[in-house]
Amino acid sequence: MPDTPLLELEDVTARYGPVAALHGVSLSVGEGEAVAVLGANGAGKTTTLRAVSGTVRRGGSIAFAGQSISRRSPESIARLGIAHVPEGRGTLTELTVHDNLRLGAYVRRDREAVREDERRVLGYFPRLDERVSQRAGTLSGGEQQMLALARALMLRPRLLLLDEPSLGLAPLVVAEIFRIVRELNQQDGLAVLVVEQNAALALEASSRAYVLEVGKVAVEGDSASLRRDESVRKSYLGY
Amino acid sequence: MLLAFDWTQLAQQIVIGLASGGVWATLAVALVLIYRSTGVVNFAQGEMAMFSTFIAWSLVHHGLSYWAAFALTIAISFLGGAAIERAVIRPVERAPVLTVVMVTLGLFFVVNGAARWLWTPETRSLPNAFSTRPIDVAGVAFSIQDLGTIAVSLGAVFLLWLFFRFTKLGLASRAAAVNPEASRLLGVRVSWMLALGWGLAAALGAVSGMLTAPALASFDQNLMQPVLLYAFAGAVLGGLDSALGAVVGTMLLGVLINLLGTYVDWIGTELRLPVALAVILGVLLFKPTGLFGRVSAWRV
Repeated sequence: MPDTPLLELEDVTARYGPVAALHGVSLSVGEGEAVAVLGANGAGKTTTLRAVSGTVRRGGSIAFAGQSISRRSPESIARLGIAHVPEGRGTLTELTVHDNLRLGAYVRRDREAVREDERRVLGYFPRLDERVSQRAGTLSGGEQQMLALARALMLRPRLLLLDEPSLGLAPLVVAEIFRIVRELNQQDGLAVLVVEQNAALALEASSRAYVLEVGKVAVEGDSASLRRDESVRKSYLGY
Repeated sequence: MLLAFDWTQLAQQIVIGLASGGVWATLAVALVLIYRSTGVVNFAQGEMAMFSTFIAWSLVHHGLSYWAAFALTIAISFLGGAAIERAVIRPVERAPVLTVVMVTLGLFFVVNGAARWLWTPETRSLPNAFSTRPIDVAGVAFSIQDLGTIAVSLGAVFLLWLFFRFTKLGLASRAAAVNPEASRLLGVRVSWMLALGWGLAAALGAVSGMLTAPALASFDQNLMQPVLLYAFAGAVLGGLDSALGAVVGTMLLGVLINLLGTYVDWIGTELRLPVALAVILGVLLFKPTGLFGRVSAWRV
């Protein structure tokens, strides 16, 4: 891992109104690294991503590419090149698939390259290509998840935040989505921070992982050894 | 009896109805814009339009031509609308709908009061925007004023449609209206999109006011109150969340009211407002989504 990680959280706290959701989380994602955040429901996985993208009230220090982002708005964090595929996918249901993709590149000024990127991401997801002028609300859950990922890629992000990409989807669709994420990570060197309930899947797609328990990091390590560690599997990952 | 029916008169009355409908349509689309982005009916929309009209009057009074004042007033109104959003709507952005509604009601009285304070009560009039001569179309005499009013209203709405449909900024503001959370994650400055929407709504309202005033012998600070009611009735008829619906709704209402006033003796001019209110009531009772409105809760 290089000296300064791409993303570094130090002692990050977050709260929803009076309810604290994170009690001092520290983690890092290196340049081009795929990192998983695991844990039970309510452990603070989604909140961790929201702290990074600025969609929850947070404290502590968060640095991206050496720059502090802990006080920035979600809009300006997106402009730095962090794409967040949120819980519930954030589909703009009334707009077409094409318009959703265009908005993914909203902050970019290089029109030609944007058009090229749209062709490229539609190449990853032929099913979206067939439905490009359809309203996004008419897509199936799996297609909407693909759209969410495709739209995030339109930003040409340096870091991709993925929130439970497998939630509620058929195993085949999940496999396809994870295959593409892995490909982006390994071939294009895209850094990924993925939150997952499905620990087996996430450990396979990542090189390092953190296990959260009630708003704190309980275990961290490289994914391969966590997968082999029976006590961790039994007590935290439940498989 | 049927042969004696005067088709010329019918055509004329329809055009007159469309002209009133067009003026209402611009204000109705302004209401829809705010409704879609802020989620409330802006009760101050008419007063803001009235204020704009007074600005136009002052500009004309200082020697500008009608159309120069028209363009300048639209620009001023746009900035004013955006400023109002920043100053009074932004602080209640996350408040319950009822709070925002109360704020727009308060705005109604503030804007009305400000106009009374700035402009003394005297009779005012705006010059005619169009020639008052009639024009002959297929043997029927229409007023150029009416045809011009229809053209300018629909033109303003059409320009706005082009903006929302074909520009990146327009696309972003539509996204911000449907799903602010997700739009923010894409880098859209949602809060500014709201200000943009208020600015555009105020500019459209200004068009409505500046088309309403010249048709009257004189006007005062109550200029836009009936217009707001008609615009609201038309927007409800068309579906409050649909701009196309607002245009169709107000145009239909304009024709309906004008024809009823012409052909049904006991309605005349006195019962025009009650007819509009009856339309609101009827739509809300029998088809709450209006002609073009969509149910807001989509199953996904």
